[in-house]
Amino acid sequence: MNPQDLKPSDSGKPLSLLQRLSLAFGAFFGVLGDPALAARFDAVRRGPMVAPTAPPAPPPPPLKEASPDAALQLLALLQRDARLIDFVGEELDAYDDAQIGAAARVVHEGCARVLREHFSIVPVRSEAEGSRITLAAGFDAALVRLTGNVVGQAPFTGSLSHRGWRVTEVRLPKLAERHDARVLAPAEVEL
Amino acid sequence: MSSSRYAIGIDLGTTHSALAYVDIAASDGDGIGVEVMAVPQLSAPGTVEAQPLLPSFLYLPHAEELAPGELALPWSSEGRDVVGELARSRGATTPIRLVSSAKSWLCHPGVDRRAAILPHDAPAEVARVSPLEVSTRYIEHLRRAWDQAHPEAPFAEQDLTVTIPASFDPAARELTVEAARAAGCGNLTLLEEPQAALYSWIQASGGAWRKQVRPGDILLVVDVGGGTSDFSLIAVLERDGNLELHRVAVGDHILLGGDNMDLALAHGVARKLATAGTTLDAWQMRALTYGCRSAKERLLGKGGEGRDAEPIVVPSRGSKLIKGSIRTELTRDEVAATIVEGFFPQVDAAARPLSRVRAGLAQLGLPYAQDAAVTRHLAAFLGRQRGAVAELEGFADKVASGASFIHPTAVLLNGGVFKSDALAERTLASVNGWLAADGAAPARLLAGADLDLAVARGAAYYGHVRRGQGVRIRGGTAFVYYIAVESTMPAVPGIEPPVQALCVAPFGMEEGTEAEVPELVLGLVVGEPVSFRFFASSVRRQDLVGTLLDVWGSDELQELDAISATLPPAGRRAGDVVPVRLHARVTEAGTLEIEALPLTGSERWKVEYDVRGERQETAEEA
Repeated sequence: MNPQDLKPSDSGKPLSLLQRLSLAFGAFFGVLGDPALAARFDAVRRGPMVAPTAPPAPPPPPLKEASPDAALQLLALLQRDARLIDFVGEELDAYDDAQIGAAARVVHEGCARVLREHFSIVPVRSEAEGSRITLAAGFDAALVRLTGNVVGQAPFTGSLSHRGWRVTEVRLPKLAERHDARVLAPAEVEL
Repeated sequence: MSSSRYAIGIDLGTTHSALAYVDIAASDGDGIGVEVMAVPQLSAPGTVEAQPLLPSFLYLPHAEELAPGELALPWSSEGRDVVGELARSRGATTPIRLVSSAKSWLCHPGVDRRAAILPHDAPAEVARVSPLEVSTRYIEHLRRAWDQAHPEAPFAEQDLTVTIPASFDPAARELTVEAARAAGCGNLTLLEEPQAALYSWIQASGGAWRKQVRPGDILLVVDVGGGTSDFSLIAVLERDGNLELHRVAVGDHILLGGDNMDLALAHGVARKLATAGTTLDAWQMRALTYGCRSAKERLLGKGGEGRDAEPIVVPSRGSKLIKGSIRTELTRDEVAATIVEGFFPQVDAAARPLSRVRAGLAQLGLPYAQDAAVTRHLAAFLGRQRGAVAELEGFADKVASGASFIHPTAVLLNGGVFKSDALAERTLASVNGWLAADGAAPARLLAGADLDLAVARGAAYYGHVRRGQGVRIRGGTAFVYYIAVESTMPAVPGIEPPVQALCVAPFGMEEGTEAEVPELVLGLVVGEPVSFRFFASSVRRQDLVGTLLDVWGSDELQELDAISATLPPAGRRAGDVVPVRLHARVTEAGTLEIEALPLTGSERWKVEYDVRGERQETAEEA
């Protein structure tokens, strides 16, 4: 005899005499031989069934897995247009600032082009940095981060130290089905 | 007019193409919206990006060059060749497989434009394509992009306007129509690019243009594209209280554009590097050209007056960016010498382009303009068109008697070259200098043009205008056409019999009109092709159909591709001579069609343009 057997029958139909007889005998010996079952049997007889233990806490929502393809695509664009991987991969010690500065022009111009062509980026706050702004109750904490003397209740008044950036549109290139995004730049062989 | 939903405009440029459209149902009067379609194209293998401009380049890859599936586009999983950005960037490193400037080849009288001749310098194993096919491929790419974005409104059922240089001859116009038809275009009209630029300006002004021009104005449109320079004059008339626009003159075909300027700068900088011991390969040259264009725009653009030089960095080819990059600079003096003085020199109104005597060897490449000075070409155009408005209603008193050239009253500039404010200023200053020397008031600049996309936008707007909305630029054909007939003068042994020019189509024939040549009866031989030399004039606008010229000035008539007719032998004996009359017609699409009609019977034979490039060869033999 198992504890599950005490559940009401699945169909909810009244049990026949024969079934009741079989259950009564089973219960008799079960209660006699199993103290835990006896306690639960007792609880059923006293009133509505109560959960024996507190329900377990819901599992935390799984963290989002970022698609590596989009990240690889952006890396490929930054390498193609801005030579970013070449630039970052090079040791700076061997060069003077003028040489580094020349290469930085390529990187700067290319990065700017990649960002301009593939994202629409706007400031979160339009006010000038350094100006004082007031945040009403219920402000979006994802858009504005409070720093310093964070106490008391909204409205909060403080000085804007960074305007923030927000993407309003993403225009990443589409990839062919069999395209291997892990190849950021193919090797080049001149014939 | 068809019940299509959109009016589509295509700018089929030498270096870039673009597509714009108007939703006809949602448009009314002056307040219409013109949208530019972002064209999906390969920007790298396996990578598709939508850009407003489609670079007019075709790349023919080697079979082993790209991994399978890397040429997939939204509308096809497997492509053979590449159009657009990837074609341009690949072609920079492998030029033998790149087709560029197909449009210039399409109007090159020295080559057979239906023959597979491009890429011009490809090795034998590359399967070449014809200039006609390449143009077809570009339009086809745009068609497929459209159909993919608008499955409910198929491209073939919309009203389509394709732009061409105003100076395109009848054969090049017909080839453009042929390419568009082959690419699946249904209702098709051609529009001259300077007109398209003006339409775009009108549309962008949202009705305010009526306040910016007045009757008696002569508008000069200067369109310097990537590969060609194109001029037009448009007169403003008032009739029944409405403003009318008449295109009264177009310029010669000048293969000279912004790309030539950037290349000239890059070669100058490359020479400077070479004297310092650094030589650049083709890949670095492309990066340098790109860098020179940006530096030029910064130096000659707004706020660039105070700078003496702009740095240019040619990135290394290998992965050592800092070690291998070449730093150089473009100075203000170099830009001033190469671009401002080289391409836009201050000349006087009597200046004319210098033409060198052609070398004895046949030119296989494109016939680029021999004089790089845009201002000299412009002076020649204005001088040649001195009498362009003389017979136009309301202009009789506007033409100064002592004028040495036609006096424009307003100037519209178009093309990416004019992103450099200094070049726009120099062009306007040149025109105004000539006007001042003639004692005339300065011309004003019509501002607010979208320099890169105006032609496509204007073409889409024109499709809307053709439905009776808004103002339409009138004008018809900008040339008078003649065929050569042998003179009846007695032949002198050893001297070529003199020819006369017979006018077959007058100036200003509008779309859908006809002109018959009643006077002259020609004999065509059954079963044998009969060829006529064919001429055009942009200045003899008073000549009527049937006018026979014995003598003409050397700059009055230009020889075009020959035209020829073959009479099918059906129902006749080969060798018989059939008397015919010629009949010219401008089709709805905007091409000139010449037919031969027998004096008896109702048959018509089409007279074809000879686009096999034989004219130049015969000229060289002579």
